[in-house]
Amino acid sequence: MNTAGFIHSVETFGTVDGPGTRYVVFLQGCPLRCKFCHNRDTWNRAQGKKVTVRELLLEFNEYQEFYRRTGGGMTASGGEPLMQAGFVSELFHGVKNSGLNTALDTSGYASEREIDSLLEVTDLVLLGLKAVDSQEHKELTGVSNEKIMAFIRHLREVQKPVWLRYVLLPGINDDFNHADRLADFVRSFTNIERLELLGYHKLGAAKWELCGDEDPLKHISPPDQNQVELFRRRLNDLGIKKIY
Amino acid sequence: MDPWQGFNGGNWQNVVDVRDFIQKNYKPYTGSSGFLTGPSSKTLALWEKVLGLLKSERARGGILDADVSVVSSILSHSPGYIDKDLEIIAGLQTDQPLKRALMPYGGIRMVRNAHEAYGFKTDPGVTAIFTEFRKTHNQGVFDAYTREMRRARKAGIITGLPDTYGRGRIIGDYRRVALYGADFLIKARQTDKFNVEYDVMDEDLIRIREEISEQLNALEALKGMAKSYGFDVSRPARSAVEAVQWTYFAYLGAIKEQNGAAMSLGRVSAFLDIYIERDLANGIITEEEAQELIDQLVLKLRLVRFLRTPEYNELFSGDPAWVTESIGGMSIDGRTLVTKNSYRFLHTLDNLGPAPEPNMTVLWSQQLPEHFKKYCAGLSIRTSSIQYENDDIMRPLWGDDYAIACCVSAMRLGKQMQYFGARANLAKALLYAINGGWDEILNLQVGPKFAPITSEYLDYDEVMERFDNILDWLARLYINTLNIIHYMHDKYYYERLQFALHDTEIHRTMACGIAGLSVVADSLSAIKYARVKPVRNQEGYAVDYEVSGDFPQMGNNDPKVDQIAVDLVVMFERKLRKQRTYRGSEPTLSILTITSNVVYGKKTGNTPDGRKTGEPFAPGANPMHGRDRKGALASLSSVAKLPYDYSRDGISYTFSIIPRALGKQLPEQISNLAGLLGGYFAKNGHHMNANVFDKEILMDAIEHPEKYPQLTIRVSGYAVNFIRLSREQQQDVINRTLHGVIT
Repeated sequence: MNTAGFIHSVETFGTVDGPGTRYVVFLQGCPLRCKFCHNRDTWNRAQGKKVTVRELLLEFNEYQEFYRRTGGGMTASGGEPLMQAGFVSELFHGVKNSGLNTALDTSGYASEREIDSLLEVTDLVLLGLKAVDSQEHKELTGVSNEKIMAFIRHLREVQKPVWLRYVLLPGINDDFNHADRLADFVRSFTNIERLELLGYHKLGAAKWELCGDEDPLKHISPPDQNQVELFRRRLNDLGIKKIY
Repeated sequence: MDPWQGFNGGNWQNVVDVRDFIQKNYKPYTGSSGFLTGPSSKTLALWEKVLGLLKSERARGGILDADVSVVSSILSHSPGYIDKDLEIIAGLQTDQPLKRALMPYGGIRMVRNAHEAYGFKTDPGVTAIFTEFRKTHNQGVFDAYTREMRRARKAGIITGLPDTYGRGRIIGDYRRVALYGADFLIKARQTDKFNVEYDVMDEDLIRIREEISEQLNALEALKGMAKSYGFDVSRPARSAVEAVQWTYFAYLGAIKEQNGAAMSLGRVSAFLDIYIERDLANGIITEEEAQELIDQLVLKLRLVRFLRTPEYNELFSGDPAWVTESIGGMSIDGRTLVTKNSYRFLHTLDNLGPAPEPNMTVLWSQQLPEHFKKYCAGLSIRTSSIQYENDDIMRPLWGDDYAIACCVSAMRLGKQMQYFGARANLAKALLYAINGGWDEILNLQVGPKFAPITSEYLDYDEVMERFDNILDWLARLYINTLNIIHYMHDKYYYERLQFALHDTEIHRTMACGIAGLSVVADSLSAIKYARVKPVRNQEGYAVDYEVSGDFPQMGNNDPKVDQIAVDLVVMFERKLRKQRTYRGSEPTLSILTITSNVVYGKKTGNTPDGRKTGEPFAPGANPMHGRDRKGALASLSSVAKLPYDYSRDGISYTFSIIPRALGKQLPEQISNLAGLLGGYFAKNGHHMNANVFDKEILMDAIEHPEKYPQLTIRVSGYAVNFIRLSREQQQDVINRTLHGVIT
């Protein structure tokens, strides 16, 4: 309970990161450098606020009434929660003790051994897949996706429910070629319960500036609804039904 | 026929006891909304005409027409219709729809100013009568006001006072006319009059005898008014259509004579459902016709208008009448008071489209049928037209036949009334504490003169000691001012029909209010937890504040500052309870601003929380804009801590969210909003306005109002047509914490 972690902030009324309403903890620190990152200010772990598991659970308990009513719970997001797997694991232990739901919002970039004990107390993994192709992954995020693929295969082995998230970047990964490869990928994982297509948005652009960097996707606009719809239909035609 | 045929009998047959009638006869409904039907062709045709009238009203600057010569009373106007053949429920305030009545008893100046502002001219004869021969409420009040009261009013430390127009917030039990007919009520009241004959004729007794006579006259007049429309309300209603018509006539009589700030309807839906159920069972009407009745009643309620000045609209924007109807809740015996008619009322928002009036108020209980909770949440998402209030904390205090007047004021129907007292500006009071009663905007001594605080940094204990003194002064002055107002209102502008529809013996409250709670809580928190350095002008008065360091702010569920807010509420209510009040009324407190938070902000200088001169306060009990950093639940948890026991006139919280932030798809959004409401009320929150809208839509509505004639949003205790707000208030709504997500 006294284990400390580094967080960026919390959101008490999260409604889009897992089922029901949720307490979302944004952890500080991320090994990826995604060009389309909307939380640029969570990369550097040292800039986080130090809190203990006890402190966070106390605060979480304040809102249990709300989460229970909607089948919600806690989501660890970030940043990359797997970078602080031990901390998150303890946190989720507490949440499970209250009988609420836990979700891990991650890129899947894991290497630590603690992952297994974390998965034991995780009900759902929200996996943000940046790219199916390894080269493209490196291009977009600065790292290749081997570790991530290993993580996803591991999730399949233990049959952990996954909501796969895919950010549509106009002109970069929203063509049918990408749709086809994504569909192939999703089909090979029976534990993927839904696919969430997220349109790239500019709400995080200001954070790049605040961090003193230039937004690498400055020239990209959010996708228009038609393009998203075309992409969705293509996936549908390829047998992917549970698309949100 | 026997009008009560088929009803279960009870005490209600012998004495006026509407609650007993409801309890013995109503049918709780726990099913879904599947039975609801669309609007009838008559209703649609009538609504089409009304939409045309509303458009002309907007085109003419907000007022379609105004009566300039006929002083309004129950009997003043010949019957008015929109289209007689299409109207199932008859009756208008004057002889024309949307023509505003002339009600000078509250104050002739207000009438004249309003006429002038909208290009009308008050009949000189009327002006002469009400200046030379007949005194008004307004004149009476100003005859008795002290110099100190006038100064306080001018400075705006107490403001929004009902001293120039009707006080409102009194709900006649309009159902009584339907259940009993006027003759039964007259007879009962005559008996009461015989019973108030004592040995000593003192002032109280003389007043009550005169009042009862007035009430009897009003009931006779009501019979006359109904007769002119071709109905006989001397007897009880015999059918559902008559029950709706009788109830509406009773309400109509009230709004023909009173232009009170809030003229609420009460809690009629379960009552009327009993008549509808009886007629449905006997094959007299169909479900379509039942819906038609309610649609047409609601349509009439959407036409209620009062003549107001532009200054009044600045305080209470959007031309509100607060035709509040309380829906749902639970009975003391554990049955739900949700009936099919609760659905029919709410369903008018779909059948006729969203609208601010009537002010649909859902009395929320954890025990409400799940179907109903989901239905309401879905309707909120579609229309933003519903407010929610916590039946589970009100029912133990007010029983199961109370209704909400205005926004958040609960009262037992026909058994309790309040003396509406607007509100005191607590933020300004804090500045008086720092500056020794000196007003920072008027540059004038308004409060009691004592030495201003002179230290380089503000010391929490020193500020609190002065603040305590100022609040003693304020509470005394405030209640004294209200005593004058309500003495004069009873004397010159008595609500004869509404009180005829109360018991003879009633409980009265003196409903005070505060504005600026979150500003003060944050300011005191800054003084306590950060360092606040006053910037003083040449005379030595603090005019600005430099804050260094962080401090806890309301809206983050941080007990350090939330407790300051709680303590303030308790402290001020206790001071009010010490005062001697008019007619022995019980002082209560509300934390509610309506849209006046903008005007209060304008009249208040820089505050130690970093708020600048002129910036709006947060509405009602809301945390200040943009200071809540942990999301909606933290924000509303701060507000839920405010104790209803010390603020029994209500605690208003406005929650606004973009649809996307409620969840990705409608079923999730509904479940999440219902969960939010349930959780808030489980934490003893009192009231919540639920707004679900996109910022882009509001921005577009500012630029293209014609595209959004029915866009409705909820603002601290009531709903308004967004396009009827002033530009300043529209901006305030948009800037106000609109919960969104970035994922």
